[in-house]
Amino acid sequence: MQWFNRPVSDTQITQWQRMWLYIVAAIIMLLLVVPSFIVIPMSFSNSQYLEFPPETWSTRWYETYFESAKWMRATITSLKVGFLTMLFATPIGVMAAYALYVSGHRFARAVFAFLVTPMIVPVILIAIGTFYAFGKFGLNNTITGLVLAHTVIAIPLVTIVITSAFRNYDLDQERVARSLGASRIRAFFVITVPQIKFSVATAALLSFLTSFDEVIVSIFVSGGKNATLTKHMFGALRDYIDPTIAAISTIMILVSTILLLITQFFGKKSS
Amino acid sequence: MNATLQDQSALPIHIQSLTKKYDRLFALNAVSLDIRSGEFLTLLGPSGSGKTTLLMAIAGFNRPDSGSIKFGDEEVILKPPHKRNVGMVFQSYALFPHMSVAENIAFPLKLRGIKGQESTDRVNQALATVQLEGLGERGIEQLSGGQRQRVALARAFVFKPRILLMDEPLSALDKKLRDQMQIELKNLHEQLGVTTVYVTHDQREALTMSDRIVVINDGQLCQIDTPHAIYNQPVDRFVADFIGESTMLPLTRNNSGDLVYIDQIISSKNSTSVNTEALLVIRPERLFVINESNIDRENTIVFNGKVKEFVFQGDTAFVVLSINETDTLSFRFSTDAAAADNYLQIGQPLSVGLARHNVIVIPKDTNQ
Repeated sequence: MQWFNRPVSDTQITQWQRMWLYIVAAIIMLLLVVPSFIVIPMSFSNSQYLEFPPETWSTRWYETYFESAKWMRATITSLKVGFLTMLFATPIGVMAAYALYVSGHRFARAVFAFLVTPMIVPVILIAIGTFYAFGKFGLNNTITGLVLAHTVIAIPLVTIVITSAFRNYDLDQERVARSLGASRIRAFFVITVPQIKFSVATAALLSFLTSFDEVIVSIFVSGGKNATLTKHMFGALRDYIDPTIAAISTIMILVSTILLLITQFFGKKSS
Repeated sequence: MNATLQDQSALPIHIQSLTKKYDRLFALNAVSLDIRSGEFLTLLGPSGSGKTTLLMAIAGFNRPDSGSIKFGDEEVILKPPHKRNVGMVFQSYALFPHMSVAENIAFPLKLRGIKGQESTDRVNQALATVQLEGLGERGIEQLSGGQRQRVALARAFVFKPRILLMDEPLSALDKKLRDQMQIELKNLHEQLGVTTVYVTHDQREALTMSDRIVVINDGQLCQIDTPHAIYNQPVDRFVADFIGESTMLPLTRNNSGDLVYIDQIISSKNSTSVNTEALLVIRPERLFVINESNIDRENTIVFNGKVKEFVFQGDTAFVVLSINETDTLSFRFSTDAAAADNYLQIGQPLSVGLARHNVIVIPKDTNQ
């Protein structure tokens, strides 16, 4: 095993000496991922109940899902809300990050902290607050309300991603473009945007995912024909446990994983 | 050499009592300055002196609290940067990394509706001017620091601006390349004939390239003069100290009002404009070692002292001479291979001379 004795870096530490680190890392990764992946075999069970490991296999719960009008409507709601959230949160977050970066104002840090509070405040508090606030305006159980609430949660993510993209960006480029004859808006779109576009794409996907995966706020403010997929899943889990949930979870894992892989790809490109 | 690059007429810049405050600090304090058409003017000062603030005000990136900036007869103080038609080179070059060299240079042309063959021709011409023929298709990543500098330059003059602004454009280059680029920039300026305002904190750079230098400190202009005058007739302590090396010795007044150092008259009452306490400024290269044969007492001021330090630095040797308990004098002389054995010993008595025409007298207080 020559590989074991090969130095990892200039420090002369060999792969073998680092073995314990690899093992620790592997355990942590498994702990993070296994609970999610356990639903995958469960979704292919032939049983009426959630069981692991399944005794017989089938794809009947996928059929149930795709044939159920209720599940399909919830799925479409979730996709629609996710898409609209992305559409609103991305430009708002980009503008916020840009403004904070350009201004260099002494309150910029404070404003940034304020912008990311929705990430720090427990979501349940946001959910309760939103629920009562929406009550006054009749926004509960509407797509508009849901999109508003999810946009609030997604903006911090976009702002953080774009802020870190600006960290490697030289604002003099925009200045030089303006001195060469481009208006400020044009300089932003022709010079700045092409250089942060991968981060913008990443931020957009993340804001979609944030909405698509979101449960707590959805439970409070969505309902009726505008209930999200996650809200239905939560209800189903409480009322009649059957492996359809596992099938939907598997599909959601797949969607999320694909989107995250795309984000990673963009992340690589932008750096 | 390039007829089409020469046909731009340069514009003078008139700056009237320009003031800019950040919080309570004056970045610019009632600055007035007339920049002549076609001249190479350098704003020289330490960091925080206001030189970049002034440049950015000319470019339109910051708006002064009061005052006026005119390009020719046209008031531009309220104009946004993209309408000022000013070429600009930044310290970081700020090339667009998502565009090729040619696309970078064509950018200002595109914004002016110049396309196709004319654009290509002008880009190639600009590339030739900065000696980068044939590199148009390169990506920015593939260029060396010096090449990037040239692309940034080409991009700034390709649209024939009548004013060119540069913010410490050479500070990111190593010394050798910087020296070379100084000469190239000077030549380019002569070729283009465009009014050029150049910001630097490097006094040698300023002395090398400028038609005139503006020494700026604490938001105020200290002196506006040719490199020669700035070096040989600094108006105050700040300028004398900031430009070049210097030793300053305190002068006293004798009964008839002449300025005196120890017992020698440095400047007679009538020949000096300084009427407060005064300092004698001595440039280290202007002093020479006196031996019996070369004294012209009439026109030489003599300092007697003891060698306190002696440092061999290759091209020159640096000597610190202590004259009395408080005053020391530093000077340099050119080295000579044959002299290696009889260089100066520490503690050895030595007399040095300063020709009277090299005397510089300034007021003792900078803020008169």
